[in-house]
Amino acid sequence: MSKMIQTDKLVFEYIRRDEEGNVEGITRAVDEVDLSVEPGQFIAILGHNGSGKSTLAKHFNALLYPTEGEVHVDGMLTEDEEHLWDIRQEAGMIFQNPDNQIIGQVVEEDVGFGPENMGVPTEEIWERVDESLRAVRMDKYRKASPNHLSGGQKQRVSIAGVIAMHPKCIIMDEPTAMLDPNGRREVIRAARGLNQVEGITIILITHYMEEVVDADKVFVMDRGRVVMEGTPRGIFKRVDELKALRLGVPQVTLLAHELRQAGLPIPDPILTRKELIDALKKLRAEGYML
Amino acid sequence: MLKDITLGQYYRTESPLHRLDPRVKIVATFAFIISLFLVKNFIGYLIAGLFLLICIRLSNVPVRFIFRGMKAIFFLLILTMVFNLFLTPGIVVFSFWKLQITKEGIKLALMMGIRLVFLITGSSLMTLTTTPNNLTDGLEKLLGPLKKIRVPVHEISMMMSIALRFIPILMEETDKIMKAQMARCADFESGSVINRAKNLIPLLVPLFISAFRRANDLAMAMEARCYRGGDGRTKMKPLIYQKRDFIAYLCILLYVVMVVVIGRLPV
Repeated sequence: MSKMIQTDKLVFEYIRRDEEGNVEGITRAVDEVDLSVEPGQFIAILGHNGSGKSTLAKHFNALLYPTEGEVHVDGMLTEDEEHLWDIRQEAGMIFQNPDNQIIGQVVEEDVGFGPENMGVPTEEIWERVDESLRAVRMDKYRKASPNHLSGGQKQRVSIAGVIAMHPKCIIMDEPTAMLDPNGRREVIRAARGLNQVEGITIILITHYMEEVVDADKVFVMDRGRVVMEGTPRGIFKRVDELKALRLGVPQVTLLAHELRQAGLPIPDPILTRKELIDALKKLRAEGYML
Repeated sequence: MLKDITLGQYYRTESPLHRLDPRVKIVATFAFIISLFLVKNFIGYLIAGLFLLICIRLSNVPVRFIFRGMKAIFFLLILTMVFNLFLTPGIVVFSFWKLQITKEGIKLALMMGIRLVFLITGSSLMTLTTTPNNLTDGLEKLLGPLKKIRVPVHEISMMMSIALRFIPILMEETDKIMKAQMARCADFESGSVINRAKNLIPLLVPLFISAFRRANDLAMAMEARCYRGGDGRTKMKPLIYQKRDFIAYLCILLYVVMVVVIGRLPV
């Protein structure tokens, strides 16, 4: 089985030009990135603003092409003209601003936009729209205008629009950055559901550490390079390194870390509130004065 | 003022007129408008008026809602009538100072008035009973043959529906920017006209920048969802003529023939 996404020494450079078109400077947004994603995984890419994570994500959907190196999506080379539309169908993309990616004036019409472009027959479009709206639990709003939905709902409509294209993989480029905590939870829950129930590969790009706790694998990016790679547990052990990258770890993890430094023997790392409570209870049973 | 314009607004309800294919309604509206200009006598207008009345009845749109749109053009209506009343040469009926009212003038003013009212009512009836989306779809289908002479029909209708989708978003944004600038002491309401226009610059510049950014984002999102122009695209809601649409076409044809034959008889 081929890898869902594989990059080989991927480099992308933005070239800045002055008014006469002379090269003023070159910014390396992505610098020799090698990563591979297995089908069915939930992957998170973390990074501070300007770390190149969005630029990297746009390569997975053939919206950008590498300056050097190669990107393969499900075995297809992204620079291959012939596979362009197959790649875009297999690797769907969700963007940050929910308003700027909804095309239809009615929810169901927007969800149908992708299948319409692919030339799916009318009856099948309706089936696909039904099932994808159900998958993100937005079927109640199918006749609503997107303008009357909350941010989280709009983002779920966008996800439905991608699911309707029957992708193998969904790349989410900071889908929660413009949402309130409630909307954020809705979107992450929808993403997780798709990964577990439908087996769709999810690549979640974010700078919220709380959202990556359940990921199978985390990549941390800084200045265009992948600087850390591993399971959330492995990554969150390295609190000080993460801090140096200006990434905040989840509050519970941070609290556990501080307590550990203060001398309490708390296991490393703590990812959820429940784990911390259990650890503290255990300590109390062992005779610590808490 | 803006609230009064019902032109181009959709009234959500169930009616035979709402269910008609948008193409029928577009063709009917054009036929009706043309018929108004072909009519030469009042009996013709009577028929046109009756036809309009039946349509309004069939549309289930409250009459008061339709005529609210008339307020916006009231001034234009009066102006046209006054010009026609005073500036038509012919047999003088009444005169004072330098102004003369002629028999022909009265007739023409009345006809112009009726024509304008019917015209506005007829076209707003179309937009009241058809969603903007349906309307652009209908236009795309109707103008389809123009593709052969390289008119980008699909692209135009796509642009229209995207524009319609972004109107409320940009309105909201304008409001936000306006408030942000007002919080920094921008003044949009006082001063001379020129000054006021100048004061709009801090509103328009950020609005334009954001509109371009949105356009860029949207284009990328559309590409990511496999948008590649109108070729090879299927429709989720294809327009297919039903029996009722053919009946409607027949009614329109009958009306046009009747109005043209009767309405052009010399009085």
